[in-house]
Amino acid sequence: MDSVFTKCERCGEPIYEKDLRTRFNVCPHCEFHYPLPAPERIRLLTDLGSFEERDVEMTAEDPLRFDGYAERLEGARRKTGLDDAVVSGEGRVGGRRVALAVMEFRFIGGSMGSVVGERVARTIEFARAEQLPLLIASASGGARMFEGVYSLMQLAKTSVALSRYVEGSCPYVSILTDPTFGGVTASFATAADVIIAEPGARIGFAGARVIEQTTRERLPESFQTAEFQRDHGMVDRIVHRLALKGDLERLLGFTS
Amino acid sequence: MILEFERPIRDLEERIADLHRLAGPRSGLQAEISRLEEALDAARRRIYLNLSPYQRVQVARHPDRPNFRSYRDDLTDDFYELSGDRFYGDDPAVRGGFARLKRGGHDVVLIGHDKGADVKSRVRGNFGMAHPEGYRKVKRLYDLAGRFGLPIVTLIDTPGAFAGRGGEERGQAWAISADLMALARAPVPVISVIIGEGGSGGALAMCVADYVGMLDNSYLSVIAPEACASIIFRDSGRAAEAAEALKLTARDMKQHGIIDEVLPEPLGGAHKEPAAAVGAVGEALSRVISGLSEADSNSLVEARYERYRRIGPYVANGDDSGYSL
Repeated sequence: MDSVFTKCERCGEPIYEKDLRTRFNVCPHCEFHYPLPAPERIRLLTDLGSFEERDVEMTAEDPLRFDGYAERLEGARRKTGLDDAVVSGEGRVGGRRVALAVMEFRFIGGSMGSVVGERVARTIEFARAEQLPLLIASASGGARMFEGVYSLMQLAKTSVALSRYVEGSCPYVSILTDPTFGGVTASFATAADVIIAEPGARIGFAGARVIEQTTRERLPESFQTAEFQRDHGMVDRIVHRLALKGDLERLLGFTS
Repeated sequence: MILEFERPIRDLEERIADLHRLAGPRSGLQAEISRLEEALDAARRRIYLNLSPYQRVQVARHPDRPNFRSYRDDLTDDFYELSGDRFYGDDPAVRGGFARLKRGGHDVVLIGHDKGADVKSRVRGNFGMAHPEGYRKVKRLYDLAGRFGLPIVTLIDTPGAFAGRGGEERGQAWAISADLMALARAPVPVISVIIGEGGSGGALAMCVADYVGMLDNSYLSVIAPEACASIIFRDSGRAAEAAEALKLTARDMKQHGIIDEVLPEPLGGAHKEPAAAVGAVGEALSRVISGLSEADSNSLVEARYERYRRIGPYVANGDDSGYSL
């Protein structure tokens, strides 16, 4: 398998899949950041062997009996090996204990339903109880339509949890990855002390296609990229994936 | 404006009006008029007591439906409007200020989406779709309410937060999440009524509350039924099916424990008899504000936390969670 070549979708150069894996899905030629599965991101961010998953065995209900949702869940579970679109727990970053939640875009577009909301809220509450820094890495198309208003209410759920956490003195660092939109940006992902984004990540409220359809406006190429968001004052730093752990270690050194 | 499903009602109304015109006071047409009036009454009941979810969405969007302005004018003795977000501009899509309610005499901070009353004001208010500066003005008003110990009253009526270039450049998502955070810890009662459209995050930014009421023909949804249909069926024309699936009506919300109360509308919808709908909201506001006026801020914030922390069913360790509704 290690000799298998793939071609970079961005620059067209051939890449050894092995090289891509060791570089956490960043192209060695053009540095394009491909999506990174949640377990890989946890491996990227935490000290080796330090991660302990929490709130396991939690699965979505289908409260509206929404046509097709059960099959979508089943397919996503099979594809990702995960039970929903976020993995959470505690680990160490540069020796410091942190509470951590990492979203999985491959699981129904990283959409936030009740399980995502609950895990994120529990992670926030755990961080508060243990007085730990909180790291949340997002990758999400938004709320999970199949859960209707319950998914909308996860914005409220995560916000009430965060509103308590930020009364304390531990930092909340939000890491925005490609793509992060909708209900996730409109709630916990943007309500952080420090917001870090990966290069080129698309970040926003409404997707560019929706905006083009509704306003008939041509949008610039750079629209809603991490760089665009930083230039508009919405993101603190853009950090290359392979530098992310070190960056977090520096940040946590100032805040805890 | 007449909605498609209201047409039988309109036809009967027109026929009755015609007969009245033809008939003198003593003409033999009276019997026919009475017969038609009975038919009209039956048609109203048949249609309006059996509205489908998508028909309710259409009633919620009706241009003649009483909007923020009606409530502001009819329910308050004084409305002291405040403007601007102090950074960028004032957004007429959402308005707010200090208000004294006629009924009960309570002083509150009143905030609502303003869909406008005519073409000009509708366009100016962007049909109730606020920009980030609107949501930041709202945040200012939440903070002022907290500082002066005034209950926050919000009237929700928006298709959603505006999706556009300017909104994205100025941080729409950031503005909404700041509102959610502010409501989560507001040290005063928060009372919300959805009076028309409750479109997703743009609505929720104004209704994380201690009491949420909904008029019977209003709706609350994570996505517009048309947008949902175009995703699920690749056909926005199947919005009626999507509306059904989304369970977005006031009665669904009450049944799912998301809201506290469904407020009655007159037969034929709020646009038929605006005073009745506005009055029902006024009654609920004075009752709820009186009920919450004794609560101290810690217990309000605590109860709000519990309320929203619980919403959303899932299965944990093979058993239904205690939070399941």
